[in-house]
Amino acid sequence: METLLNDFSVGLFIMQAVILLILILLMRKFAWKPILDALQSREDGIQNALDSAEKAKLEMQNLTASNDKLLKEARAEREVLLKEAREMKETMISSAKEEAQVQANAMIAQAQAAIESEKKAAMAELKSHVASLSLEIAEKVVRQELSNKDKQEALVESMLGEATLN
Amino acid sequence: MVATKSIQFIAALAFIFTSFSAFAGGSDNGQPGNTIDTPEEIKDYIAHHLKDSHDFHLFTDNESGTHVSFPLPVIVWTNDGLKTFMSSAFHHDDNGEVIVEKGDARLVKLHSKIYELEEGATSINFDEENHPTNAHKVLDFSITKSVFGMLLAGILMLLGFGALARGYKKGHSVPKGFARVLEPLVIYVRDDIAKPNIGKKYRKFMGFLLTVFFFIWILNLLGLTPLGFNVTGQIAVTVCLAIFTAIIYLFSGSKDFWAHTLWMPGVPVILRPILAVIELIGFVIIKPFSLLVRLFANMTAGHFVVMSLIALMITMKEAFGPVASTGMSLVLALFISVIEILVAFLQAFIFTMLSSLFIGMAVEEHEHH
Amino acid sequence: MYNLIGAGLIVIGGGIGLGQIGGKAMEGIARQPEAAGKIQTAMIIIGALLEGLAFGALILGA
Repeated sequence: METLLNDFSVGLFIMQAVILLILILLMRKFAWKPILDALQSREDGIQNALDSAEKAKLEMQNLTASNDKLLKEARAEREVLLKEAREMKETMISSAKEEAQVQANAMIAQAQAAIESEKKAAMAELKSHVASLSLEIAEKVVRQELSNKDKQEALVESMLGEATLN
Repeated sequence: MVATKSIQFIAALAFIFTSFSAFAGGSDNGQPGNTIDTPEEIKDYIAHHLKDSHDFHLFTDNESGTHVSFPLPVIVWTNDGLKTFMSSAFHHDDNGEVIVEKGDARLVKLHSKIYELEEGATSINFDEENHPTNAHKVLDFSITKSVFGMLLAGILMLLGFGALARGYKKGHSVPKGFARVLEPLVIYVRDDIAKPNIGKKYRKFMGFLLTVFFFIWILNLLGLTPLGFNVTGQIAVTVCLAIFTAIIYLFSGSKDFWAHTLWMPGVPVILRPILAVIELIGFVIIKPFSLLVRLFANMTAGHFVVMSLIALMITMKEAFGPVASTGMSLVLALFISVIEILVAFLQAFIFTMLSSLFIGMAVEEHEHH
Repeated sequence: MYNLIGAGLIVIGGGIGLGQIGGKAMEGIARQPEAAGKIQTAMIIIGALLEGLAFGALILGA
């Protein structure tokens, strides 16, 4: 310890302090600041590049994701449209069928009514015919009767019998 | 790959240099022409090397007894004011024999320290413990070997990292050439030392942490070269570094930090002042002290071990013969040098790590429950 | 002389401590190899703290 204290040179200490101080200041100004700044900016550049690459990747992912979403939506829409169209078709067909049925029924009913009325008319005509026929026959028979009594009777008999059939 | 290769290269270099410095070391503090071959001389030589010195000694020619060294400027504050001269004025004397007269001040150099003789003294006198009695230390702002090493490290850092910074400014996002090696180191300090320990506010302290990390590392590595720097093994240097760290974390302490330090919540009131004293001593004295002592002791011990192992070739010469002792010392010195390279990094790492840990403790904001 | 004995004791204590730290860290890494980095950092920090203690004692004693 004693020899050490003896060896301690105050002058050297002061010189060292001055030199170190000046050296620190000089190095800071001319070396460390530019070097550290350059390193920092280089690292920042690398970091930025990495970040932007990451960002681009993310964007790409987003893009594909949204593409997928769009495609899915379109598919769903198509599905819905198809379904709607099918339903419309169904309803159209069924309604058409119903209408046709109704019309057919109406026509049938009309036809039946027409047939009925025709039948009635025909019946009426027939009756009037039969009446006129029977009048004619009666006339003829009457004429014959007038000539032959027996025959006249027989004829009337047969005629009447025939007439009641109708 | 580049890092391992450069580490291998540095290891090889360090090995060559450390072994070279043993041969070149020769005589430093002894009289000219004396070779160092007794254990005491080796011990003195190592102790001398571990200290700071006022000249840049390369080697001594034992034949002619001449020292080959660069003189460094001496700047001292004496009773007579500021004096500057070159260290060559002492003529490599380290025992207080050569007196340099500057104005009214008479200066001698004794064990790498400069003393000023008292009024009227003509030569230096010692007491029994070899302390000078008629001279006192002066405030020494000399460009010593350590200061020179620090300036060198500072210039290397400014050049290297300045080039890296300029490369970025020119628009190269990836650095070229040597800067390529430096960039991962900066990132390492930022991501593995500062960020995990300090948290979000790390940016404010990066200037200090990076500077200190590379400063210590470069100086540690310079210490492994044969230039003989032992900057981080100077107690004054590590004290200064630790005080910087302490000032930074004490002055950037958050409200929570001071609340927890001075008036610990959730503890019986009687214990709080005791805890406050303990915490204060811990933060103001113990933590900086452990920082400075760790760095100092590691580097000093490393230099001591390397030089001792190199000295084995002299001390073991009689027991094993010159070839075996040299070989053994080479192998062991190589081994320890490689470990020292690791330690050089590790100590810089630990100093920075612990600094950022303490800063992190100080700036942390606790969540209130 | 006593200094040296003290230094020896410090080294023994520090060695035991470092051994414990290293050994437990190895066990931890063996058990959870993915946490090796964190364990190493913690190990180095605790080792450094212990080292600081030992060096402090050595320096105070020397």
